[in-house]
Amino acid sequence: MEQQLKQLELEALAKIEAASNLKELNEVRVAYLGKKGPITDLLKGMGKLSPEERPKMGALVNTVREHVTEKLETKVAHLEEQAVLEQLEKEAIDVTLPGRPVRVGNRHPLTRVVEEIEDLFLSMGYEIAEGPEVEKDYYNFEALNLPKGHPARDMQDTFYITEETLLRTHTSPVQARTMIEKKGEPFRIICPGKVFRRDNDDATHSHQFMQVEGLVVGENIRMSDLKGTLDIIAKKMFGADREIRLRPSFFPFTEPSVEMDISCFKCGGSGCNVCKHTGWIEILGAGMVHPNVLEMGGYDPKKYSGFAFGIGAERIAMLKYGVEDIRHFYTNDTRFISQFQRTEG
Amino acid sequence: MLVSLNWLKQYVNIDSLSPEDLAEKITRSGIEVDAVIDRSQGMTNVVVGYVVSKEKHPDADKLNVCQVEVGEGDVRQIICGAPNVEAGQKVIVALPGARLPGGVKIKKAKMRGVESNGMICSLQELGVEGRTVPKAYADGIYVLPEDAVPGSNALELVGLSDIVLELGLTPNRSDALSMLGVAYEVAAILSEEVKLPEINYATASESAENFIKVSTEAPELNPLYAAKVIKNVKIAESPLWLQHYLMAAGIRPHNNVVDITNYILMEYGQPLHAFDYDALKTNEIVVRLAKDGEKIVTLDDQERTLQAHNLVITNGIEPVAVAGVMGGANSEVTSDTTTVVIEAAYFDGFTVRRTSKELGLRSDSSARFEKGVDPNRVLVAAERAAQLLSELAGGEVLQGTVLVDQLDKTPTRVVVSPDFINARLGMKISLEDMLSILHRLQFDVEAANGLLIIDAPTRRQDIKIEEDIVEEIARLYGYDEIPMTLPEGAVTIGGLTSYQEKRRVVRNVMEGAGLLQAVTYSLTSAELAQKFALKVEETTKLLMPMSEERTTLRQSLIPHLIEAASYNVARKADSVSLYEVGSVFLGQTEEELPYEEEHLAIVLTGKWVDNQWQGEKRSVDFFVAKGIIEALFDKLGLTERVTYEKGSVDGLHPGQTANVLLDGHKIGIIGGLHPAERKKLDLKETFVAELNLYAILNAVTDALVYTPVPRFPEISRDIALELDRLKPAGEIESIIRGAGTKLLKDVKVFDVYEGEKMEAGKKSVAFSLTYFDPERTLTDEEVTNAHNKVLKALAEAGAEVR
Ligand SMILES: [Zn+2]
Repeated sequence: MEQQLKQLELEALAKIEAASNLKELNEVRVAYLGKKGPITDLLKGMGKLSPEERPKMGALVNTVREHVTEKLETKVAHLEEQAVLEQLEKEAIDVTLPGRPVRVGNRHPLTRVVEEIEDLFLSMGYEIAEGPEVEKDYYNFEALNLPKGHPARDMQDTFYITEETLLRTHTSPVQARTMIEKKGEPFRIICPGKVFRRDNDDATHSHQFMQVEGLVVGENIRMSDLKGTLDIIAKKMFGADREIRLRPSFFPFTEPSVEMDISCFKCGGSGCNVCKHTGWIEILGAGMVHPNVLEMGGYDPKKYSGFAFGIGAERIAMLKYGVEDIRHFYTNDTRFISQFQRTEG
Repeated sequence: MLVSLNWLKQYVNIDSLSPEDLAEKITRSGIEVDAVIDRSQGMTNVVVGYVVSKEKHPDADKLNVCQVEVGEGDVRQIICGAPNVEAGQKVIVALPGARLPGGVKIKKAKMRGVESNGMICSLQELGVEGRTVPKAYADGIYVLPEDAVPGSNALELVGLSDIVLELGLTPNRSDALSMLGVAYEVAAILSEEVKLPEINYATASESAENFIKVSTEAPELNPLYAAKVIKNVKIAESPLWLQHYLMAAGIRPHNNVVDITNYILMEYGQPLHAFDYDALKTNEIVVRLAKDGEKIVTLDDQERTLQAHNLVITNGIEPVAVAGVMGGANSEVTSDTTTVVIEAAYFDGFTVRRTSKELGLRSDSSARFEKGVDPNRVLVAAERAAQLLSELAGGEVLQGTVLVDQLDKTPTRVVVSPDFINARLGMKISLEDMLSILHRLQFDVEAANGLLIIDAPTRRQDIKIEEDIVEEIARLYGYDEIPMTLPEGAVTIGGLTSYQEKRRVVRNVMEGAGLLQAVTYSLTSAELAQKFALKVEETTKLLMPMSEERTTLRQSLIPHLIEAASYNVARKADSVSLYEVGSVFLGQTEEELPYEEEHLAIVLTGKWVDNQWQGEKRSVDFFVAKGIIEALFDKLGLTERVTYEKGSVDGLHPGQTANVLLDGHKIGIIGGLHPAERKKLDLKETFVAELNLYAILNAVTDALVYTPVPRFPEISRDIALELDRLKPAGEIESIIRGAGTKLLKDVKVFDVYEGEKMEAGKKSVAFSLTYFDPERTLTDEEVTNAHNKVLKALAEAGAEVR
């Protein structure tokens, strides 16, 4: 009987070794350790043994069972590991192939510029004011100290709808409307929007363009406040090491009026193509609100003062991103617009 | 305004600095210098030559072989093709080695076998603009006066050794439309004095008033009219210096009389006009408004028809000039003129501007009258004209000036406190510095009781109010000196309005869905203005459009977006997805302005999914477009208030168009572009949508309130229905939702089938219904009861449950 057991153990261990998958192993388990297996049979036959031999044989049977079981478990573990490896190998991919495309849209570069300016001023307590693209002559010109027949009206050739209505030539009518709306209260606003001039479209002219104007009205608003504010714009839009300079200019709605140049962001001031070898780039027009404009807006110019500035979004975008033709902003070529999705350092 | 520095030096000392530095200073303190132009353009080896002889070229009809003396004993043979070259002339010669403008280099050469050692030059060849060259020399070489010395520098002689500053003048600085005005500005900047021309001349014994009478019937429009009479004028060429100053200023020399009026126009900024006294015929000048339809032939030989608001100069019978704009041909100074009447007048700027615009005649004169000339210079200019006509044209000036004069010549007084100036600027400029600046500007100033009482000279018509003084002080003190501060006082609470915030959300949703933002023009053609419009209303049109493509304001954003899609497809884009947020313009409101409504529109064309190596490709379809719109409504919390119904829009596919309704009102459309439209534009499947953004964003008024995360399970039941193929599933969904059970939480279509297994013209639509009670777990019986209500409602509506 002991002989038989040894024989069984050897057989079982050999079959376990030979098994190549979990199913075969299970067959081996059932065949040798199952209720109908030879070892169980042997155990059943132990009753025939003498009482002295029983414990000895019992121990032997258990040892054999343990050996077989242990071998089975080792083999199972091995096979499972094999199976995992095979699966992993089967599932291996070429990670250098492109990913599934995710469509990513983005803002138009002009909106990007406008929102950048908006956000800058929102953080300084400004509101965003908007108004109609079709305006009354009164708000577009007269309320801004540009009566009918004023020579400065030549500066802005206008699309008229009727004698009294027109496509606004700047977003300043929003300023005039806001003053009336605020009824004498101090305020700070940014007015972005589309504006129109009678220009033939070419590389540097567009009959429609985007303007962002700012207006601050309060007690004791000074020209130094304007200069400090313009300096913030320059640094935010064109880099922290930009310097600004003001030059006298003329706008009917401001007095004094200035134009702002920034030190060239390309050459730093030594002279290059971008700055036409002057070291300076003209960026925007600004000034202290003309007392007539304040008065027409319902503000006593003796008590209140204010400053205003106007920025062309196209000009900023052209300078900032190096765009060479203003028409790009309106042809909506996706190869153009999609370049403006990335963030900047 | 072109400012010759040689000319400017006659009035102010500018020797202390280079032209570039001067230009920089002028720019920084008030008037932008657009360009510093070196008239010599780096030319060298350009000398005076004497044409000793001229012979025909043996082999070329149009060429002459000239022997030209270019220095003592230095005679050179030069071939010249100019028609006006003659022996005995003094001419301009570019010697071999000379460089002329435009990169021309002069070398010894053979022309048709004959040697040529240089070139006899026209002024154009020396870089002078053709329109300023005297007519006599416009088509040939320039001839110098007899006293020119051969071999000497010719550039100096023709005024090309000069620097010209081109000023970009803003409309307020019309004072700088004259050399003296510029001189005052430069003198203020450099703290120099202005040297005014000295005016003195001998007068004849006769008195001007015996020759001519002057009257005005429109004193408001012509408060000052002065006439001087000069006899025995000899019409001739002006002296060279005068011609060259005019050319440097961009004006063509004609003859001494015309040149003198132009010279004074440039010197004082006062336009003058010279009449031929004999041609006036009546010994009388009457200024009056024109008669409607009255005609005059102006100096440019054009017949002009006048209107009753045009101001004219007449001889008492007929117009002889359009006031301030242009003279008449009937009284023009010609080579036969002997007696000249010089007009120096003040005309109303608005009238001159209107007339010159109507006649299409903008001249140096009208430009100055329009902006208002200096009232105190009108008579001075007349005297200066008399002086120069006497000096340069041999004229005899008759005694006196015949004039009508009601012109107010008092300077504008501005009273301002130094504190006000400093408060406006945010600076602390001392009173001494302010006074010094005002003195440099030659403003008459008195400091008293803490106030500055200022009489600005009348040439500075732009100085009217305290703020103008603030600017004068600041610009001459230096804008660089202004410190940088930020506004003080109560901090305002800024921020976006709710609408503006929501509009940014709309952009984010569109971009998150993969769309690029487009910006298109508000102006479009009459044909496209109302195409695809949500609401067709009266259009808004330009009075004077520049082209047919841009005559009318749009009522839909879709046409331009489709154009943009087509533009990209023509450039090989196989997928275009764009959105735009912009205004449409509807009818007229009470304010006479159109109602501007902000819309959102999208266009999708070509591939939507294009995953090339994995072979997944899918074109856009209606449901891609609708999905994007649904995502927007989800984001805005409006999904439950939005419904869709079959719609119909011209230009869209009749079977693939939906109206979008918010609370039952149409606020948008979604649809496929009609195949015929697509064919025209060479577009594949193209879908568009347009929504009234005002209506949508203003509908979002509720606050976001959290709903507890469900603690009890949801139970779903499915229903499959057999429907006619075109029966909208949305209608069935409404029936289900309206069946009256509170436990029904959601209804979703999860399968639509048409095909072999269905009867022709039928489809199967399967809905998944979710039942739920936030307070407890539903029993099977409760769900069944609820579901039965739904089934009953469907049965009542005639829907066939499969
Ligand atoms: Zn540069």
